[in-house]
Amino acid sequence: MAKNLTIVVVEKDRDRACAIVDALAETGSHKIHVLAEVSGLARSITKFAPDVVLVDVTDPSRDAIEQLAMASAPLERPVALFVDRSDAQLTKAAIEAGVSAYVVDGLQNDRIKPILDAAIARFQMFQRMRLELETTKRALEERKIVDRAKGILMKARGLGEEDAYALLRKTAMDQGKRVADVSQALVTASELLS
Amino acid sequence: MSLIPLCAGFIPLVDAAPLIVAKELGFAEEEGLALSLVQAPSWSTLRDQLAFGHIQTAHMLSPVPVASHMGLIHGLPKLQALSVLSMNGNVIGVSPDIATRLADAGYAFDFADALDAGKAVATLPKPLRIGVPFHLSMHAELVSIWMDTAGLKPDLDYQIHAVPPPLIAGAIKNGDLDIFCVGEPWGSYTVDTANGTLILPGAAIWTAAPEKVLASRADWISTNEDSACRLIRALWRAGQWLDHPSKRLALAEILARKDYVGVPSDLIDRALTGELVVTKDGDTRRHPGFLQFHTNGVTFPWQSQADWIAARLTQRFGAAVRDPKPDAQTVFRSDLYRKSLSNLGAPMPLTNSKIEGGLSQTTEVRAVSGSLSLAQNRFFDGQTFDPHR
Repeated sequence: MAKNLTIVVVEKDRDRACAIVDALAETGSHKIHVLAEVSGLARSITKFAPDVVLVDVTDPSRDAIEQLAMASAPLERPVALFVDRSDAQLTKAAIEAGVSAYVVDGLQNDRIKPILDAAIARFQMFQRMRLELETTKRALEERKIVDRAKGILMKARGLGEEDAYALLRKTAMDQGKRVADVSQALVTASELLS
Repeated sequence: MSLIPLCAGFIPLVDAAPLIVAKELGFAEEEGLALSLVQAPSWSTLRDQLAFGHIQTAHMLSPVPVASHMGLIHGLPKLQALSVLSMNGNVIGVSPDIATRLADAGYAFDFADALDAGKAVATLPKPLRIGVPFHLSMHAELVSIWMDTAGLKPDLDYQIHAVPPPLIAGAIKNGDLDIFCVGEPWGSYTVDTANGTLILPGAAIWTAAPEKVLASRADWISTNEDSACRLIRALWRAGQWLDHPSKRLALAEILARKDYVGVPSDLIDRALTGELVVTKDGDTRRHPGFLQFHTNGVTFPWQSQADWIAARLTQRFGAAVRDPKPDAQTVFRSDLYRKSLSNLGAPMPLTNSKIEGGLSQTTEVRAVSGSLSLAQNRFFDGQTFDPHR
């Protein structure tokens, strides 16, 4: 029976880190370490001598880990080689899901795949959540701006709420813009004038 | 005519300016390209985005395409440089603790003499921890020739650590680094936010270092040669625009935007004017030609530059190198550059190689038609590199 793998997860967000660890734990009894501290990252990773390092592709500290992929110095041991790209499909799926994986040279593909699959699924979920959160936030902000623009029109031109909105919508259509953009312009202009 | 959609990646740095200007000022569109730009969080991610075809071209560290031909980038497709985006533009700085030690030792902080700075640094406690943005970068090459000349040995006396540019300031604050070499605005940012002190411009080590290149996948270039040529032209014209001192103000404002570099425009101005604030107390030092985009044949992808980089990488990475002498014409595409720009009246040199380190001042040389002025090309230690020897 093959030995358990040591996996290092680089993730600052605690909830996300827990979610990743849970997902990985389901693929076997691996030793999993989470690193949240950017400072001295390469050193900390070396200390664990991991078989696999997982890191968010949007995390700038990836470049520090990348250095470990090369035996640049005689005193350093090459800790991890960049993920074996013999399975380009898997690597591509991982990058697209937002996770990059560094795997020790010589580790067999069938041992890595379940781990990567679990990580990919988890990161895809994060991406969906991020997208949903951003969309909702933007929609809420836009609604607030439209409300303020309506208020300005109601006050300045003595319109009712529905008429104020109709005017914003008509202006937006005439100018080929979004209601939110027209509202933003109105709010900005009225701030300048007041 | 419908535009050809093209996506380019960049890292938030002042020297991403040619790509940003090509899009914002419409030079790309005039060449028939619908150019979209995406900011990448790290050099490795930018490289992967190129490799997997998420983007077609990128603002890239000049050693990366060379390394991709030397077997130093494991399992990724080969990259080629279409043109050089910028010359010089890095700064070397030190932590507050090291600045105090250097001041106590009587160092002059002239922001000019790299030999002198090297001697001063060589007296510091070792090993020195030096941060550079990426292990395959001009920064790493400049720092290592600077240290070697000062008589310091890699690993024993100094260690090079990869620290992403926006995180350098934090690393200095935490005491994780003694010295850093980084592109602007992140050196200035480290002065302002982490009390770093700038001691040298990169140009003090090599006055003509090809810093960033426009890189694409070799197979993409061979199947999309027409698009590649349009890109080269758009960037050449963008460079022409942004080399005008009168455009500096507008340029700083455009770069300052959050989706581009995302720092205040006065911080960006420092690199553009070459007038750098070197300490938190506001001491300034001027270095003419601190960062150059266009004049003096900056954008020509010289094969001798690729050869110099290959020789350096071989020296630093020894055993990991599979091909120590990649064919420079398939790495830095001077042929495509000539072909793209022949109709725009860009002066072309007679050869694709020159002696690196061989010009003590800006020099007028004969060109294919008329003449061409070449930037001063000098190493601080007087070394010259003849690719044919």
